[in-house]
Amino acid sequence: MSDYNDMEMMIAVASRELEDGASVGVGTGAPCAAAMLAQKMASPNLSIFFEAGGVSPQLPEMPISVGDSRTFYKAAMAGSMGDTMEACARGFVDYTFLGGAQIDKYGNLNSTVIGDQKKPKVRFPGSGGANDFGSLCWRMMVLTPQDKKRFVETVDFLTTPGYLEGGNSREESGLPIGTGPYKIITNMAVMDFAPDSKRMRVISLNPGFTFADVQENCGFELLQADNLQQTKPPTAEELRILRDEVDPNRYVIGR
Amino acid sequence: MKHVNSWVYRLKNNKGTMNIIDQGQGTLFTDPEPDKARAVFREKNRQMVNKVMEVKEAVSTFVHDGDYLGIGGFGANRTPIAIIHEILRQGRKNMGLAGHTATHDMQILSAGEAYDKLDAAYVVGLEARGLSSCSRKYLESGKVDVTEWTNYALTLRMKAAAMGVPYIPARNMMGTDTFKYSAAKLAECPFTGTKTVLLPALYPDIGIIHVHEADIYGNARFRGIAISDLDLASASKRLIITTEKLIHHDEIARDPSSTNIPYYMVDAVCEVPFGAYPGNMAYEYFSDEEHLKEWLTVERDPEAFAAFLKRNIYDCPDHEAYVAANGGARKMRELRAKELLTFTEED
Repeated sequence: MSDYNDMEMMIAVASRELEDGASVGVGTGAPCAAAMLAQKMASPNLSIFFEAGGVSPQLPEMPISVGDSRTFYKAAMAGSMGDTMEACARGFVDYTFLGGAQIDKYGNLNSTVIGDQKKPKVRFPGSGGANDFGSLCWRMMVLTPQDKKRFVETVDFLTTPGYLEGGNSREESGLPIGTGPYKIITNMAVMDFAPDSKRMRVISLNPGFTFADVQENCGFELLQADNLQQTKPPTAEELRILRDEVDPNRYVIGR
Repeated sequence: MKHVNSWVYRLKNNKGTMNIIDQGQGTLFTDPEPDKARAVFREKNRQMVNKVMEVKEAVSTFVHDGDYLGIGGFGANRTPIAIIHEILRQGRKNMGLAGHTATHDMQILSAGEAYDKLDAAYVVGLEARGLSSCSRKYLESGKVDVTEWTNYALTLRMKAAAMGVPYIPARNMMGTDTFKYSAAKLAECPFTGTKTVLLPALYPDIGIIHVHEADIYGNARFRGIAISDLDLASASKRLIITTEKLIHHDEIARDPSSTNIPYYMVDAVCEVPFGAYPGNMAYEYFSDEEHLKEWLTVERDPEAFAAFLKRNIYDCPDHEAYVAANGGARKMRELRAKELLTFTEED
């Protein structure tokens, strides 16, 4: 048995993607934990943007809402949603983390409905700020459990753009050039997107998993990088900070 | 001269010379025509007169069946809860709703089935707390006409209204079903050829915003993040301000750079201490997570939910009674400690 759980693994892996000096648009939950962990590890100069207007807070604890008072605690600025999203639109925000009920092989996300939009079988929150962040930040990442029900051939509703239909279709749609999904981080693997086809590609396997395991828990055919890596598990230091400082109440990392 | 004439001709007679590539199929619930909005704003009172009234009177005077409603704050942060409860007590129906960062506010309105037209950006959920089964069931019933947007798109639609222009271009929503089920259009920029999404101006019939302080004329100021309230205040044809406390106009005049919303936009000012409860009011009190959890739990049982709504809304004469029913001054002191523990910690 490993001495960490899936969520701790995913958060640690995600946090390492946020290099010092970068900027990231985050929501509540695991993405926020990843940003906080990054700040306390290798990236003390990470700028965190919340969609409701908080810029570069020193988060005292996990926010419950992306607009609660924690999101602008000791912040550089308590701005507005326009301030944050306009910064994204101008190209100031490097990363964002998103999630959803479904993701397809081009990194397109569904967080709106299952079934008919007019009389849905299941209604979810919709875009919120996800489409905005996913359209306008440079690199979009997704933290999600590896599961056939989530990784689907076609999303029921395309809420937030990944690479749309692959190839150049994202740029052709009019979305800002050079943006798009970057890494998909699951409990089993880390994926990126093949340069030309823009199809999801496994680049790193988490300890204990094979490519076949990942493929078996995915509803579409995955590509495999030539040089498959092993994902580094969370270090003792990462786990200590995550458990003692980032999420002492274990809201996100669980028990 | 010929050039100028042909330009004038095009301007007069060609409504759509801009190349429209695609458009969403969703319903546009409000009229983006700026001259119609100007006619409404022309009639508004510009005098600094006393606008203080009770919540009951503000809602009966300024909120009508069928009105399109825009709510300030962020779901359960600095949200004008007292007005929303009163909308249920007075039984408003067939309203339109800007589902912009809509969480607990929408949950209440769904419980009263007060709206049946929804511009959905963020709806149904209460963020990290989970999904509202009441809001969800209401949308899944098919009784609500839902047009899809994003949080930024609704902000920009209100910004266009605030600017007095019929639309604003943006670079989100493209290539998605969010666009397909919106009422936006996709066009080529006439200057650069860049594809842009055109978002129609949104002028709510009624805007409601909760602030920290306001004077009797409606000069209002809040602390912390603005979310989209400055554009909502400007875009709304009628505007109700609820305030934690009334302050003297001299205090506003002493420090006018702190005014966020000026009097001339405001139709009513209601003093409602703890007016964002059970939500968070920055620097004042944190959200009552226990009570919000009670909402999310009880709404799954129709009978218990009806009794809960009766106890917390329909049988409460006002917001003070609601706060009193849920722990009153003692609870508010706890929530203040929760908020301030953070803010009074040593550096």
